[in-house]
Amino acid sequence: MTMIGDRQQLAYIASQAADARVNVELETEGMTLNIGPQHPATHGTLRIIARLDGEQVLWAEPSCGYMHRGYEKLTEVRTFPQVTALVNRIDWLGSFANEVPFILAAEQLMEIEAPPRAQWIRTILFELSRIANVSLFLGDLGVQLGAITPVFFAFRDREYVLNLIEGATGGRFHPNFDRIGGLKDDLPAGWIDETRAVMKKMRKFCDEIENLLFGNEIFESRTRGIGVIPRDVALQYGMSGANLRASGVDWDLRRDQSLPMAWDKVDWKVWTHNDGDSYARCWVRLQETRESTLIVERLLDTLPSGPVMTKVPRIIKVPEGEAWVSTENPLGEMGYYVVSKGDLGPFRVKIRSASFNNISIVPWLLKGVYVPDIITILASLYFILGDIDR
Amino acid sequence: MYALLSSIPYWGQTLLRLLGGAVAVLLPAGTIVYLFLFKMMSFMQSRLGPMEAGPYGSMQLFAEVGKWLQKEDLLPERADSFVFKIAPLIVLSSTFLLVAVVPFGPDAWFTNFEAGVFYALAVSSVSVLGILMAGWSSANKYSLLGGLRAAGQLIAYELPMILAVVGVVIQAGSMNLQNIVVAQNAGSIFGWDGLGNPYLLTQFVGFIIFMIAVQAELTQTPFDMPIAESELVSGYMTEYSGFRFLMFFIGEFATAGVFAFIASVLFLGGWGVPFSWFGWAGINDVDNWMNIGGPLIMLTKMLGLVFIIMWVRFSYPRFREDQLQRFAWKVLIPVSLVNIMATSVLKVAF
Repeated sequence: MTMIGDRQQLAYIASQAADARVNVELETEGMTLNIGPQHPATHGTLRIIARLDGEQVLWAEPSCGYMHRGYEKLTEVRTFPQVTALVNRIDWLGSFANEVPFILAAEQLMEIEAPPRAQWIRTILFELSRIANVSLFLGDLGVQLGAITPVFFAFRDREYVLNLIEGATGGRFHPNFDRIGGLKDDLPAGWIDETRAVMKKMRKFCDEIENLLFGNEIFESRTRGIGVIPRDVALQYGMSGANLRASGVDWDLRRDQSLPMAWDKVDWKVWTHNDGDSYARCWVRLQETRESTLIVERLLDTLPSGPVMTKVPRIIKVPEGEAWVSTENPLGEMGYYVVSKGDLGPFRVKIRSASFNNISIVPWLLKGVYVPDIITILASLYFILGDIDR
Repeated sequence: MYALLSSIPYWGQTLLRLLGGAVAVLLPAGTIVYLFLFKMMSFMQSRLGPMEAGPYGSMQLFAEVGKWLQKEDLLPERADSFVFKIAPLIVLSSTFLLVAVVPFGPDAWFTNFEAGVFYALAVSSVSVLGILMAGWSSANKYSLLGGLRAAGQLIAYELPMILAVVGVVIQAGSMNLQNIVVAQNAGSIFGWDGLGNPYLLTQFVGFIIFMIAVQAELTQTPFDMPIAESELVSGYMTEYSGFRFLMFFIGEFATAGVFAFIASVLFLGGWGVPFSWFGWAGINDVDNWMNIGGPLIMLTKMLGLVFIIMWVRFSYPRFREDQLQRFAWKVLIPVSLVNIMATSVLKVAF
């Protein structure tokens, strides 16, 4: 052990103190940035609290609930047929798709099944709402990255799909068309031919977006390798839909479970991507939109004839029991756990919406990224605020 | 006219020249660029654009100005009020100062001095100060991020812009913008003088770098990180409203127009169509009516360049800040240095 004189020790202490003073002076404070609830990029009222060091995110946390509307509670004071009008406002861009799992759950409890034609039309409308939903994502993606033109193309071409939905159901956004035991109406005259024409247009729109965005070097440099979700992490966080398929998990509820729907009656392909980055998520959605147009066309080719409604009692009372039905909605897995006590309305409904689980990965995913990447990552995760907060 | 000008003191002359530039060039240029841009953008995005104000929406700018003038001039509570208030003026003054050296005809210029290129590049960077002041004084985190991004970006892209212009200066052998125009229009390519010698042909590398740098200086889309409306709300402009926002807003379009003017002077032959077409040998032979025709020719070239700037703006997504800096320092600056070297070697050789 070396001997240190008093003077040396004092000098050492003084130098340490000087160092400490310099460190305190040079220490830069972090900054807490509230992205939202009012912010142009969150297209709704999501708030992300981000702790920044310069432009780098130290930690980030989504704070949701600003738009909580209490749907689970509201369903308890409504009758079964009334619930569809409520739940198609959850994911407001693909509203018909929200009605289907609830109706299927109710039908399962009542042990009835919609006639084949109704199943086909349900599937067609389900895929149309997926196209309407995801085409808006494809346009919005450009806006989030700073390219403002794609969104106008998206709004232009999405209008055709909305016209189809309106033509069949009478409602552009909130059709409320699904009934327990079938559908409200059959398809109007001329609808099938128009749908075929629109599906061609939508494929052209997908090509346009692919040329405009996906082939762009800046787009690739902004999305490739950004926000990578490995396969096991995606599974741990309970992600679903295109986000999961982009991480290399070949899982699609349309194919993997048997429901009284028409998906298993035609051939189609489940698209997956192994990269798990933002680019992969966007790419999978683009391919799925194309695939959906093909599904619709093939379903139209094999559309059976017959009634669209089975015999159901005039006053619907669902027998006592519990049922869980989930489907592959535009945003991911959406399911309803319906508990009935034999009344006019459900006793309790648990809604499992895709976006809530999909954004739960945000704190893990945003750690260490730059501020501009927050926006691309959130855009590529693709959530609808109504679907998060319900 | 010259006698009249020389009878007033120097500061008066300067003021007159700047005012003349603002009234005669900036207002029309801003208006035309704005309207052209709105209609063009709309047609690219398969919509009609403004249609209500005036025939085919041609009075849209007046409607917009009227709207902004009516709005309250908001001042954030914790903002540094003096700095906050003069920041848009400084950004706008950069544009005003810039237009003073642009020649529009053989005699149609506001000021004509030897170091014109140097002056133009110097005053164009004054706007960085205004943007930094706006970002800093707004007492808003988004503004601060936007202002700092803007400062980093504008300084980074100033350099390739200067280096791109150096090639033109070497080739013309002058920093006077009027002389650069003359050198292009009276020149010839390997003895053939059908086109003159627009430096677009010989300095195309410089032209591309210059246009990219202009895009960045204007914070237009591939480089609009400072404004980035989807992440920073509106960057350094977030807290501005009313006529101060209008200054930023109009300043953006007017600056796009002025930079396009400067690019057309440096690379497209400025106000001239090749002199030899009309039997003119040099600037002293040019007829007087070119003082009317020159500005129109300039306007055409300017609109062409603005079209390119806006075309890129509407079809590209934006860079990230670090990618943008990497692009400036690792690609543009080395390429422009090579361009300068090649230009000087060829200049000596021929």
